[in-house]
Amino acid sequence: MDIYLPIAEVSVDAFLLLGLGGFVGILSGMFGVGGGFLMTPLLFFIGIPPAVAVATEANQIVASSFSGALAHLKRRTVDLKMGVVLLAGGLVGAVLGVQIFNALKAVGQVELLVRLSYVVFLGTIGGIMFVESLKTIRRSRTGRAAQRYRKIPLVNVLPFKVKFRTSGIYISVIPPVAVGILVGVLAAIMGVGGGFIMVPAMIYVLGMPTKVVVGTSLFQIMFVTGFATLLHATTNYTVDVILAVLLLVGGVVGAQVGTRIGARLQAEQLRILLSLIALAVCGKLALDLLVEPSEIYSLGAGAGH
Amino acid sequence: MLRLALILCLFPAPLSAEEVVADLSQSRISITTDFDGSEILIFGAVRRETPIPAEGPLQVLITVEGPSEPISVRRKARRYGIWINADAVEVDSAPSFYAVATSAPWSEVISDVEDLRHDISTPRAIRSVGATIAGSEDFTEALIRIRTGQDLYQSGIGTIKFDRQTLFSTSMRLPANLHEGDYRARFFLTRNGQVVDMFEAAIDVRKVGLERFLFRLSRENPLIYGIMSLTIAIMAGWGASAAFRVFRT
Repeated sequence: MDIYLPIAEVSVDAFLLLGLGGFVGILSGMFGVGGGFLMTPLLFFIGIPPAVAVATEANQIVASSFSGALAHLKRRTVDLKMGVVLLAGGLVGAVLGVQIFNALKAVGQVELLVRLSYVVFLGTIGGIMFVESLKTIRRSRTGRAAQRYRKIPLVNVLPFKVKFRTSGIYISVIPPVAVGILVGVLAAIMGVGGGFIMVPAMIYVLGMPTKVVVGTSLFQIMFVTGFATLLHATTNYTVDVILAVLLLVGGVVGAQVGTRIGARLQAEQLRILLSLIALAVCGKLALDLLVEPSEIYSLGAGAGH
Repeated sequence: MLRLALILCLFPAPLSAEEVVADLSQSRISITTDFDGSEILIFGAVRRETPIPAEGPLQVLITVEGPSEPISVRRKARRYGIWINADAVEVDSAPSFYAVATSAPWSEVISDVEDLRHDISTPRAIRSVGATIAGSEDFTEALIRIRTGQDLYQSGIGTIKFDRQTLFSTSMRLPANLHEGDYRARFFLTRNGQVVDMFEAAIDVRKVGLERFLFRLSRENPLIYGIMSLTIAIMAGWGASAAFRVFRT
């Protein structure tokens, strides 16, 4: 059944969208990730204009992180103080990101920006994750203990130190604000929550305990992507609510199924699988940039708009 | 109308005046949520008081066009090893939809001079006055090629059925990716490449219902639209997971 999306102004099969939502939902349930980094490129592949894909995906992430954040708040596994510091950075980052996005949109390079960001981030994160998982599997086979990460000393020498009681750490606010800004920029440019950057950064750079990491990142993601959605909606008019709802409904159901599949697989297998998916999407996007396109011309809104 | 009047003044009607009368099966097209394109039937007749003149066969040419807007056409080139948008040409005005149908091969229907005068063929319907890049015709050609691929530009040479020099009919398919606006159908009656008569009809293409509400809200009150989108998405996500929980138990 084809459905006309009012903002994207394209007609797409509604079941395809539900299916895509479901597919990404299964993966995000299995791996415990947001899935924005998969959904946005998949939307490009089915012909949604990149600007609409990014803005709409930000809208969808708000909704999918909402119930998670609520659950963590109830369980008190959110470091609210840290969350607010990350959020402050995130809001600044989202404004910066939308500015960059709009400036490049005006000169017709926004698609390049989004695609390049995806290639760089998916390639880097996917690659690191793949190598790390292989190492862990090899180590567990030979019976050696996994290497412990050390805190980066830089965090300890910076000024403006603050106590974060829930996390039990005493660190400068500069690194969390910087992490927040980076995640905010990514949310606005790539239409992702940024959990894949923030969670490792919280553990390895900020030294936060694992039990509050997921809740705190969801808390920040919910507000930052919400803010990014509003910025896109007011400056670009690119948020398609019908698209977001269809993806979301598929996504929520998929996530429930995925959680159960994920419970039957081992953590390292899951991580390898996830890293392979990330690398595959990265490879497809990179190929599109490297290979001569079949149509080298493209149309955009005129300068008069 | 002014234009029509002007044309009529400049080219006084020949003695054996032939007039085109035409209509469309739909003068209003509603883009609804399940809009997947629309087929319009176009039909008409030639009205004449005198016998059919013997100077040559009469031909019919019909165009349907959507609202024009400026567009930038960009060309990719390999830079630093990757394909990026390198050059751009601003086309001052290009119709969002353009379909031409004729009753015979192009050269038999209309002369280049008349085409130029009435902006009939697709390249003529696109105006790019300020183009400065060398080879800007390539960009216009690309615009036509891309839009033809999307069914937004259609060329139906010889698709008009023209009976006994009097009755004509054809159909046109408006694709699903149609943009809203005031569309215009033009009917030309030609003989030996010269326009004999012309007639215009309007087609109103509008988003309706939910489509219209959402689109207008997003442009006129973007902040409210944004907040509404967030609220709807949160409720939908919450509702779907609640429904799933009920379904499981």
